[in-house]
Amino acid sequence: YILKCTFPWFGMDIGGTLVKLVYFEPKDITAEEELEEVENLKSIRRYLTSNTAYGKTGVRDVHLELHNLTICGRTGNLHFIRFPTAAMHRFIQMGRDKHFSSLHTTLCATGGGAYKFENDFRTMADLELLKLDELDCLIQGLLYIDSVGFNGHPECYYFENPSDTQNCIKSPCCLDNLFPMLLVNIGSGVSLLAVYTKDNYKRVTGTSLGGGTFLGLCCLLTGCETFEEALEMASKGDSTNVDKLVKDIYGGDYQRFGLQGSAVASSFGHMMSKEKRDSISKEDLARATLVTITNNIGSIARMCAVNEKIERVVFVGNFLRINTVSTKLLAYAMDFWSKGQLRALFLEHEGYFGAVGAFLELLKSSDDA
Amino acid sequence: MALCGVADTGSHSMDKSITLPPDEIFRNLENAKRFAIDIGGSLTKLAYYSTVQHKVAKVRSFDHSAKVSLQETDGDPLYEISVQEEITARLHFIKFENAYIETCLDFIKDHLVNTETKVIKATGGGAHKFKDLIEKKLKLKVDKEDEMTCLIKGCNFVLKNIPHEAFVYAKHADSEFRFQHTHPDIFPYLLINIGSGVSIVKVEAEDKFERIGGSSIGGGTFWGLGALLTKTKRFDELLQLASKGQHTNVDMLVKDIYGGAYGSLGLTGDLIASSFGKSATTDKEFSKEDMAKSLLHMISNDIGQLACLYAKLHNLTRVYFGGFFIRGHPVTMHTITYSINFFTKGEVQALFLRHEGYLGAIGAFLKGAEEDNPNQYSWGENYAGSSGLMSVSPELNPIQRARSGTFPFDMLEMDRLERQLVNLPLLQDATSYIPDTVDLTEDALAREYWLYCFEEALDGVVKRAIASQKDQPEAVERAEKFRQKYRHKLQTLRHQPFAYGSLTVRSLLDTREHCLNEFNFPDPYSKIKQKENDMALKYYLKVVKSVEELSWEQRQFNLVKGLLAGNVFDWGAKAVSDVLESDPEFGFEQAKQQLQERPWLVDAYNQWIERLKGPPHKCALFFVDNSGIDIILGVFPFIRELLIRGTEVVLASNSGPALNDVTNSELQILTERIAAMDPVIHAALKEDRLALVQNGSSSPCLDLSRLDKVLATVVRERGTDLVIIEGMGRAIHTNYYAMLSCESLKLAVIKNSWLADRLGGKIFSVVFKYEVPSKAQGQH
Repeated sequence: YILKCTFPWFGMDIGGTLVKLVYFEPKDITAEEELEEVENLKSIRRYLTSNTAYGKTGVRDVHLELHNLTICGRTGNLHFIRFPTAAMHRFIQMGRDKHFSSLHTTLCATGGGAYKFENDFRTMADLELLKLDELDCLIQGLLYIDSVGFNGHPECYYFENPSDTQNCIKSPCCLDNLFPMLLVNIGSGVSLLAVYTKDNYKRVTGTSLGGGTFLGLCCLLTGCETFEEALEMASKGDSTNVDKLVKDIYGGDYQRFGLQGSAVASSFGHMMSKEKRDSISKEDLARATLVTITNNIGSIARMCAVNEKIERVVFVGNFLRINTVSTKLLAYAMDFWSKGQLRALFLEHEGYFGAVGAFLELLKSSDDA
Repeated sequence: MALCGVADTGSHSMDKSITLPPDEIFRNLENAKRFAIDIGGSLTKLAYYSTVQHKVAKVRSFDHSAKVSLQETDGDPLYEISVQEEITARLHFIKFENAYIETCLDFIKDHLVNTETKVIKATGGGAHKFKDLIEKKLKLKVDKEDEMTCLIKGCNFVLKNIPHEAFVYAKHADSEFRFQHTHPDIFPYLLINIGSGVSIVKVEAEDKFERIGGSSIGGGTFWGLGALLTKTKRFDELLQLASKGQHTNVDMLVKDIYGGAYGSLGLTGDLIASSFGKSATTDKEFSKEDMAKSLLHMISNDIGQLACLYAKLHNLTRVYFGGFFIRGHPVTMHTITYSINFFTKGEVQALFLRHEGYLGAIGAFLKGAEEDNPNQYSWGENYAGSSGLMSVSPELNPIQRARSGTFPFDMLEMDRLERQLVNLPLLQDATSYIPDTVDLTEDALAREYWLYCFEEALDGVVKRAIASQKDQPEAVERAEKFRQKYRHKLQTLRHQPFAYGSLTVRSLLDTREHCLNEFNFPDPYSKIKQKENDMALKYYLKVVKSVEELSWEQRQFNLVKGLLAGNVFDWGAKAVSDVLESDPEFGFEQAKQQLQERPWLVDAYNQWIERLKGPPHKCALFFVDNSGIDIILGVFPFIRELLIRGTEVVLASNSGPALNDVTNSELQILTERIAAMDPVIHAALKEDRLALVQNGSSSPCLDLSRLDKVLATVVRERGTDLVIIEGMGRAIHTNYYAMLSCESLKLAVIKNSWLADRLGGKIFSVVFKYEVPSKAQGQH
């Protein structure tokens, strides 16, 4: 079984804020192959694998790299790279400068940018994109990574004791049966999918209050510039200085409705008062923004799960990257409000499944050819 | 989450220099008892109960027993009219800004006479803040009530008692407010209260409700986050900013990601993919307006989405929105409506309430008044004493208003109706029944005409009002006040046709009656009615005799013609009142000649005659119209024939006076007198084959969904299978399209050339509509 698909193997997901790229680095190249390998293919491989940062904004998530993966008869490593969508034109220019088009590979792309930048790829770099649906890619990518695992460990994890902040621990888990699941993809915006089998799913709803909203509001409120900066501030802040809690209004629990005093009654509710606005820290504002967006996603996800009668809620998307505040909060929200009926699950390669799905399509398409 | 609108607005300074207009605000304080107060973030709502003493015209039969024969009573009036004082119950609700609370409390203290009142029920987040002030000023103990319980109680009350309480908001439609006719069963419904947070409450019965969910992203988030982003402090100003902004500069749209629509999912390019998404990726300054708009969309969409998820989960389609975020703000009503439409694809409509701001105060009041059982009665909005929707524009800055020296307040007054009102059991579908034929809120041309028409008629009404109380010199002054009040109402309605729900000819007539009552003109037509009744009675036997001599076919036609001719005698119609006033000799026979020749404008006479050849009806319910010639020479000969055929007859007349319509008490006397002359009527009365019931209304029109409970019982018990509705007010302006589950006859003479023109006929055109429900829908 010999694959005719030529290297390089890429899968790309061009989102509203970030471009996600997966790259397969073959580790089983024979001497013969090496001889035949054209120079710019070699240089691309060297460039991608020997660096962990590209330009000012490109990053390779080394910790996510999958080793010794055998796929379509080839063995190698899968690399995970991301850069801002704002740098897309520079990326296309690089493709032109490196004569990418001469490699005669198909560039599989998903995400909205596959449509938005299609013409730019063609005119600037003489490259044709194979456009793929982002939700199809997301699901196929997720199922694939879950099946191969994370270098011998499970890809999936959850939180034990989610309602107990002291004893809330991240634990890996293997899912024998994934379906049905509610898949919540939190990128710039949020999509919620009910997935019944590997090819049967529907988009239940979506919300515009997503990762882009968190970062956008943080930039406006605190003057920060990056997601990392925003999360760093949020980790140090206290949202109860910003939000009005039930106890701020009722002096304690609102017993008539079984609401705890510590529940948020009004996000940013304290900010109606000028004195409080004048005394607030940026960290508190960042934290409140994070908590507001996260709780809201949790609330919508929970309602959809109940409406669709699904007990497993899987959260993915780059909003969750390095964001334990949100993952723990989501785990808590699912558990607490459903009285233990719902379980929140997370995946290590949170934001890359679309790109993986596109990558798998590349292999499939050349298979068919 | 719950929390109905508690927010620091900064303390407004109390402006004591403002004096209150005592004739207009806090009326009837001398009789006031049972106070309740709802203090929100910026507005205070005060509620109290009073008894209103006002004059009513009573009729009383003279004692004729001493007289030997009927002839001897010639020249004496048939009955005596006396004006009596009557006491009715009224609920007052007043809304004003928190800044005036001290002024208002002082005013109440100075005017409050009743010393029995010991407590004041209080609700709302501001109640604790002003507790000491209230207790000190009024010497009343403040008794706190749960906010949500009050809110729901108030909501149930307005939904049950105010027919056009709920509306759909459509910004770009001909009329922004589309009022809903209240479903007879108001439960179950969802109330989404958007205060600083959001509470989602499912209401299943009067005292059965549950908070099924909520969200912390609410009005407080818009206000707090908006203030941080735009440095704008006031909620109203933030909304103003938002209404000027472009959210697409701040939000990341689907087309910003895709370059166009996401076709396979049906997501259009203009859809917001990520709120504030552009401020995360672009390094530029954003305008306050744009950010405020983006924030407004974000919050409205989010609330709408949650509301839909809860509505779907609990299988509810009636979703009402309230709270300070909504309260009369067109901007937020629009964004919430948009969001609900988007998420439910039109399956659920966002509903808003005219008296949303009063719900807490009404509920708190009802909690305190439980021993009076206010829920056992039916209540009606008093158009004379209520300000109407948007009387105070929420967009107006209160500081500006204070500078202009006015004291802005809004009022709602509700009168306790003496009778409990229910649906006519014979409505084919009570849920879709709409009494009014034309909605003047939507029909601008008709609105213009009728407003003009009522304004033109005003002088005549004033003259008549004065004439009805010749013995009271101050009547002139009162009549003038009436003129001013009603003219002001008409002017308000010209600019805000939606002020009291759907504007209709009925509501214009009712408003006039309310205003007349307000100035103690309970029955301006009492003397005219008396005179006309006297005159018509003299001809009764003659008319009956002349009809009896005719062949069956001729007789039937003559009776119908008589009915129609009688209906020409209507002082409420402008064309006729002109004739009657200039030529009192205008007679019954002449009226018959004035009628349109057959075929009439609507002519189902042949079908009616065919039906009469068949078996008699079991029981006919007849909604009568005018007194005098109409009832005596038109209706009585007609029902006499029905009685002879073996049909029982129920005559339904007004409970209270309206124009020259015959009232129930007048009809009692008239019937007695006719019975004394006519053995057929006498026997029918004695054998209870002829019954007189009141309809529960004091309107020249007829709302079949608000009828006296007794009437409904009688209709059911007697197996009524024919309903006759007579007159322009009851059969044309209202009920023209009403579908009944039994046979019905709607007849009227069009005594208004504009209306005749509109219906495609001429003045004095005849409508004779006979309808038989299709078998499948009929009740058997």
